[in-house]
Amino acid sequence: MPIIMDADRMGRTLMRIAHEIIERNRGVDGLAIVGIRTRGVFIARRLAKALQQIASEPVPTGALDITLYRDDLMRHAVGPQPVVRRTEIPFSIDDQKVVLVDDVLYTGRTIRAALDALIDFGRPKEIQLTVLIDRGHRELPIKADYVGKNVPTSLKESVHVRLIETDGTDEISVDNVPEEKS
Amino acid sequence: MTTRQVEAPPISALRHKDLLGISDLTADEILLILDTAEAMREIGDRPIKKVPALRGKTVVNLFFEASTRTRTSFEIAEKRLSADTLNIAATASSVVKGETLVDTALNLEAMAPDMIVLRHAASGACHLLSRICRAGIINAGDGMHEHPTQALLDAFTIREHKKSIAGLKVAIIGDLLHSRVLRSNVQLLTKLGADVWVSGPPTLMPAGIERQGVRKTTSVDEAVEGADVVMLLRLQIERMQGMFFPSLREYFTVFGMTRERLKLAKHDVIIMHPGPMNRGVEIDSEVADGPYSVILEQVSNGVSVRMAVLYLLAGGAEHETAV
Amino acid sequence: MKRLFKGGRVVDPANGRDGLFDVLIDGDRIVRVAKDIPPDGAHVVDVPAGFVVVPGLFDMHVHLREPGQEHKETVATGTASAVVGGFTAVACMPNTTPINDNAGVTEYILQKAAQAGLARVYPIGAVSKGSNGDQLADIAELRAAGCVGVSDDGRPVKTALLMRRALEYTAMFNMPVLEHCEDPSLKGEGVAHEGYHASTLGLRGIPGVAESIMAQRDIALAELTGGAVHICHMSAMESLRAVREGKGHGARVTCEVAPHHFTMTDEALASPVSYDTNVKMNPPLRAAADRDEMLKGIADGSVDCIATDHAPHHYDEKKVEFDVAPFGIVGLETCVPICFDRLVHPGLITLSRLIELLSVNPSRILNVASGALSDGAVADITILVPDLQVTVDPARFKSKSRNTPFGGWQLKGGVAATIVGGRTVYMNDAAAGAGRFK
Repeated sequence: MPIIMDADRMGRTLMRIAHEIIERNRGVDGLAIVGIRTRGVFIARRLAKALQQIASEPVPTGALDITLYRDDLMRHAVGPQPVVRRTEIPFSIDDQKVVLVDDVLYTGRTIRAALDALIDFGRPKEIQLTVLIDRGHRELPIKADYVGKNVPTSLKESVHVRLIETDGTDEISVDNVPEEKS
Repeated sequence: MTTRQVEAPPISALRHKDLLGISDLTADEILLILDTAEAMREIGDRPIKKVPALRGKTVVNLFFEASTRTRTSFEIAEKRLSADTLNIAATASSVVKGETLVDTALNLEAMAPDMIVLRHAASGACHLLSRICRAGIINAGDGMHEHPTQALLDAFTIREHKKSIAGLKVAIIGDLLHSRVLRSNVQLLTKLGADVWVSGPPTLMPAGIERQGVRKTTSVDEAVEGADVVMLLRLQIERMQGMFFPSLREYFTVFGMTRERLKLAKHDVIIMHPGPMNRGVEIDSEVADGPYSVILEQVSNGVSVRMAVLYLLAGGAEHETAV
Repeated sequence: MKRLFKGGRVVDPANGRDGLFDVLIDGDRIVRVAKDIPPDGAHVVDVPAGFVVVPGLFDMHVHLREPGQEHKETVATGTASAVVGGFTAVACMPNTTPINDNAGVTEYILQKAAQAGLARVYPIGAVSKGSNGDQLADIAELRAAGCVGVSDDGRPVKTALLMRRALEYTAMFNMPVLEHCEDPSLKGEGVAHEGYHASTLGLRGIPGVAESIMAQRDIALAELTGGAVHICHMSAMESLRAVREGKGHGARVTCEVAPHHFTMTDEALASPVSYDTNVKMNPPLRAAADRDEMLKGIADGSVDCIATDHAPHHYDEKKVEFDVAPFGIVGLETCVPICFDRLVHPGLITLSRLIELLSVNPSRILNVASGALSDGAVADITILVPDLQVTVDPARFKSKSRNTPFGGWQLKGGVAATIVGGRTVYMNDAAAGAGRFK
């Protein structure tokens, strides 16, 4: 179970990404952060905190549940439905620059769903994408704007992201467990 | 019996093809539906009130009894989930030509709907269809049997105001005998641990109701005393020809919910009614329009709850596919 | 041709017999029942050990549906069903289309029965014209045509006054009035026993008192008039109480119980399948206390007979909403196994008492010369196999209809052969070996 990112590294990575976001957007004006459930939400909150530290200005932060937009939702004739959780975007995203946040970028299908979901909330000026890990194997033409770490993986491997908020520890590992998805 | 935290439903799927009644659901399944409804509600606040979850699914609303409220609520729920919907009202269908319910259903089935939402005057009509149809059946009210989505939206509304249902005193008052809303609510509320009291004229008390874990009394005051929730049932005036009580006037005097009577309840009591109301019969207008009334919230919550039911049932039974 | 049934156990309560006897028949008559009858040229039929020879069983309450409802049953299919069930005779209720309220219908039924040549058919005529409860039917004419009793079955005799007149009038023929006890206002639109299960399922209830209140009326009138009233398909404990009381006062009252009422309860409304229209009958399946009281009445002698209320309905008619489905189930082919399994084997009653319930008493109530294996009597004989394992398979019913809640039930006790007028009309080859009772 090789650890590819520990707590310390994770903190520094998020701080680095925060700087990149501010640099690219020339500040935090008109910026909003939206995390994808489940872990993307907590990463988004940390990122928002880092941005506030740097810019001394709060950044609106929301949570997006993409379950109802999944492209595999009705692919099986029968099968239990994934659990739907709340989407909380308590601000208008019209003409905002929205930074979408997720833990791992893999096939790109989750991001596709998230883009569709976001568009239903309004018409943002721009959508940018932040991920902690890009493990490759894209199935859709999607690319992250800010990447914590590029980790080339094989299809048999799975990437496990653990966060204090959900798992009690900050740590990302690559496991050689076939069949299982992260 | 406990209620769980909103964020972590103890189970993650509803392994049923149909929703025939609350009697088929466990407490955990009820909570999953309520939690999912919680998530669904936000969709109604969006500029675009539509998600693609049930894209390509066909839902037939087969209504053998007129019902503007329930049918509209289901239809909005279906449309918000992007299902293709089809409304069949009994009067406009082949039923008037003498076709049996089974034949009507089989003909619909031949057009391969994924779900059928059925409202019918006969108790057990949904069970009959579930035995012959591949499509999932959702009971939108069958005779005097059950009206499960009504009970779910009632529970959803109660939970919004009271956080948890366990331990609440809920008084259900009115025409208990003919009420499917009563039967579903009794099932649901007792499963979630509420202290349920039922009250009404003894002539409208279903036989053996006390065996369902509720307390019955003909004294409305006793039922209302200290209640957290007062739920009034519609007096089905059209069914009241059978000498159940002397007059509407006397009914209102003895069983009607007045502001005076409501003073016996907890100060933060909420008043519910499945509609349509008979003002001045089972409920005083003062109460219906008063500050405790959550009657209109019930209506809007209906959409979220029905979205949750449609979404969860679309997964169907059996399969254990990873997602 | 003479046939000698040798070596079987003979149970013949009317003649006080229960033991190993030989039965000699000649043509359509019983010549003699005795020990060790010499063959003397007769064809010898060896009755295997464990088989029981009894007087032909008589179901005094069936619906043959002909004329008018031949899609449900005909006299031919109904009597075929009867002989498979071990019944050599049935009494058929008058609620056909048209109602059997005149000699024409009675004769038609008897003619169909003769053509079928299976079980004997004893028609029951209507009490009132059209069973409308307004005017007495031509009862003497019905009697002359072959009716053995009168009834407005399907509904009760409408008024106390008409019931009084019917009891007074039929007394002169020594003919009973068979009553479907039910107070129409208490029954209302009810479809199931009023109680917890109907209530939970949202089905309109029929209280037991809807039955007993009418039984009480009729028993009082039997006392007043000296006429004989027979309470059909009794289901409620309150009715049995009324019957016991009436008998105590010397009223001429008898009663029957159907197998479903002493085996099943209203719990069947909910499980194993809810709203199964094959548990919808009238009177409905009652509470456990009622069922237990029926069993008690059967055991203590206050119940006079077991009758099936065989009520065939086409599957289309039953494949509808519970509220809409017609009342009734078929019963002829499941009666004997149920009686053995639930009454005799558990030790509730003796086999001899069962024969009283299924043969002796129905014959006595309807004044029909059967129910005994007497010398010179008509050779109506049933051969039973108490230990036969039976699985109820509605698909194999001889009845035209399959509306039974007993499908799949595993029961112990069955029928080996049914002999009507000396002729073997049914042989269970699987139980007895091919051709044994030919």
